[in-house]
Amino acid sequence: MIKVTYIHPDGSEETVEGREGDSVMSTALAQGVDGIVAECGGSMMCATCHCHVDPDWTDRTGARKDGEEDMLESAASPVDEFSRLSCQIKLTPELDGLRVRLPEEQV
Amino acid sequence: MTLIEGHRPVTPDQSIPVWDTDPYDPAVLADPYPWWAELRERGEIVYIPKWSAFAVGRYEVTKTTFSDHEVFVSSRGVGLNDFKLGDPWRPPSIILEVDPPAHTRTRKVMSRALSPKVAKGLGEQFRAAADTLVDALLERGEVEGVSDVAEAFPVSVFPRAVGMTDVHKRHLVDYGAIVFNALGPDNAIRRAAMERAPEVAAWINAACARDRLTEDGLGGMIYAAADEGEIEAGEAAMLVRSFLSAGVDTTVTGIGNALWCFSRNPDQWEALKADPKLIRPAFEEVLRLTSPVHTFCRTADRDTEVAGHPIEEGAKVLCALGSANMDPDKWDDPEAFRIDRKPMGHLAFGAGIHGCVGQNIARAELEALLGAMIERVDRIEPAGDAIWRPNNAVHALDRLPLRLIAK
Ligand code: HEM
Repeated sequence: MIKVTYIHPDGSEETVEGREGDSVMSTALAQGVDGIVAECGGSMMCATCHCHVDPDWTDRTGARKDGEEDMLESAASPVDEFSRLSCQIKLTPELDGLRVRLPEEQV
Repeated sequence: MTLIEGHRPVTPDQSIPVWDTDPYDPAVLADPYPWWAELRERGEIVYIPKWSAFAVGRYEVTKTTFSDHEVFVSSRGVGLNDFKLGDPWRPPSIILEVDPPAHTRTRKVMSRALSPKVAKGLGEQFRAAADTLVDALLERGEVEGVSDVAEAFPVSVFPRAVGMTDVHKRHLVDYGAIVFNALGPDNAIRRAAMERAPEVAAWINAACARDRLTEDGLGGMIYAAADEGEIEAGEAAMLVRSFLSAGVDTTVTGIGNALWCFSRNPDQWEALKADPKLIRPAFEEVLRLTSPVHTFCRTADRDTEVAGHPIEEGAKVLCALGSANMDPDKWDDPEAFRIDRKPMGHLAFGAGIHGCVGQNIARAELEALLGAMIERVDRIEPAGDAIWRPNNAVHALDRLPLRLIAK
C-alpha cells in the first residue's frame, strides 16, 4: 500500500493508503477524503480534482500531462507551479508518503 | 475467412457462459433493463453466438474493460465492425476511433475547446434560449417532449455555439442517430439509418468547412488550432464533424430522458424546485439511470483476459454502460431516481482517456434548461405513454407527450 497525505485548506491532515496504479484523486474518493470533487471521473475534462503537490515531491510526481495545463485554467482556486490534477498522478511505490495540499474551492 | 459483422469470429474459452440472445433486438433496445439484469446475472462476461462477440455489464469489469485503452482499443471501431479488417461506412473519427498517441493530440485540441471555462462562458446564452423556449412551451401547455423540447433546445443553442451559419434541425439530430446506429449489426435499424446516411452525411460534411463557420465559435477554435500547427487543416474539419456526430443527438437524448424521469417522479421535481443546487447532481442521476449511450464496443488488440477468462485477439466486447449504471453491487436501490444521489463514477460519459470530451457542454445545456424550467414550471405530467426508439447504441425516446403546468 502507498501512503498519501492530503492537507486541507485549514491545515488539518489526513493520511490514507492507496493501491499502486490508482490515482491520487480516486484514492481520496475511495477513502472518503473531502475536498476533491472529480466531476468528470478522471477523463481530464474538468478541474475539480485540483491539488498542489508538496514541493519536496514534485520531482517524483513528474511533469504535468499533455493537456493538463489547459484544463487547470478552468480551476476554481488559484493555480501555481505545484498545481496538478490529482486524477493524473498515478500511485507508484516511489510515491509512498506523498503529500498534496487541497485548494479552498473546486467548483 | 468469413467475417461476422465485419469482425473475425471468435471461439470462446470454455469457462465463459454462452448466452443465446440478441442485444440489438428492437424489443431489448426499447426496454433494455431486464436484458441488462440478466447479463449481470449470467457472469462477469458472456459470449453471444449470434454476433460472435462478448458482452460485459457488471460495473467493475465494464469500467475496467472500457477504459483499458492499451489492450481494448478504439482504433478498430467502437461498434461491431473491425476497422482493421474492413473500411467503415465513413472515414473513422480522429478522436473517438483512434488510440494514443494520435488520440492525445486531437483530444488536447478538443478538450481545450470544450473546457469547463468555455462551457461556463456559454451558460448565459444557453439560459436565455432556455427562458424563451420554456415560455413558449407553457403557452401551449401540452407538448411532445422529444421534438418540442429535447430536440428543439440543443438545436437552438449548440450549432450557434459551434458557430454554424446555417442549421438544419432534422439533419443535425439524425446524423448522430445514424452514426450511433452504425455501431450495431446489420439489422433493420442499421439498414434504415444507412439509407439516409448519404444525404445527411453530405450536408454535415459540407457544414464543417471553415467558410461555413464563424470565427468566434467552438469550430473557430478548432480551426485556430490548425493555424497554430497543432493539427492539420483537414483534421480541423474532421474534429468539427465530431461535434456534430457526438454533440447533438446525445444531448437531445439526455434532455428527453430527464423529462421522462421528472414526469414519472413528481416528488423529485418538487425537490428540484425547492433546491436549485440539485440541478447538476440531478442530471448526473438522469444519466446514471437512463444511460443515453447504452453500449459501445472495444476490440482486444492482443490475446488477453477479462476477469480471469482468456479472450483472443480481435474479439469484440460489448460494454453495456447502461447495465453497469444499474448494477446493484455498485448502486444502492439502482432503479430509484434520486436527484440527491450524486452518482460519482457512473459510466454514462464513459471512462478513461476517451471519456466524453463534450460533458461540460452537455451539463451546461441541462443546467440552463432545468434552471429555466424550475422557475416557471410547477408540474410536468405525462399526457400519454412514453415510447422508446430502438437505436443500436443510444437509449432514446421516440415520443413523450407531456402536460406542463405553469407556476
Ligand atoms: C448527455 C450527453 C452526452 C453523452 C451521454 C455522451 C456520451 C459519451 C460517451 C459514453 C463517450 C465515450 C466513448 C468511448 O469511450 O468510446 C463520449 C465521447 C465523446 N463525446 Fe460525448 N456524450 C454527450 C455529449 C457530448 C457533447 C455535447 C459533445 C460535443 C460537444 C460530445 C462529444 C464527444 C466526443 C468528441 C467524444 C470522443 C472523445 C474521445 O474519444 O476522446 N459528447 N461521449
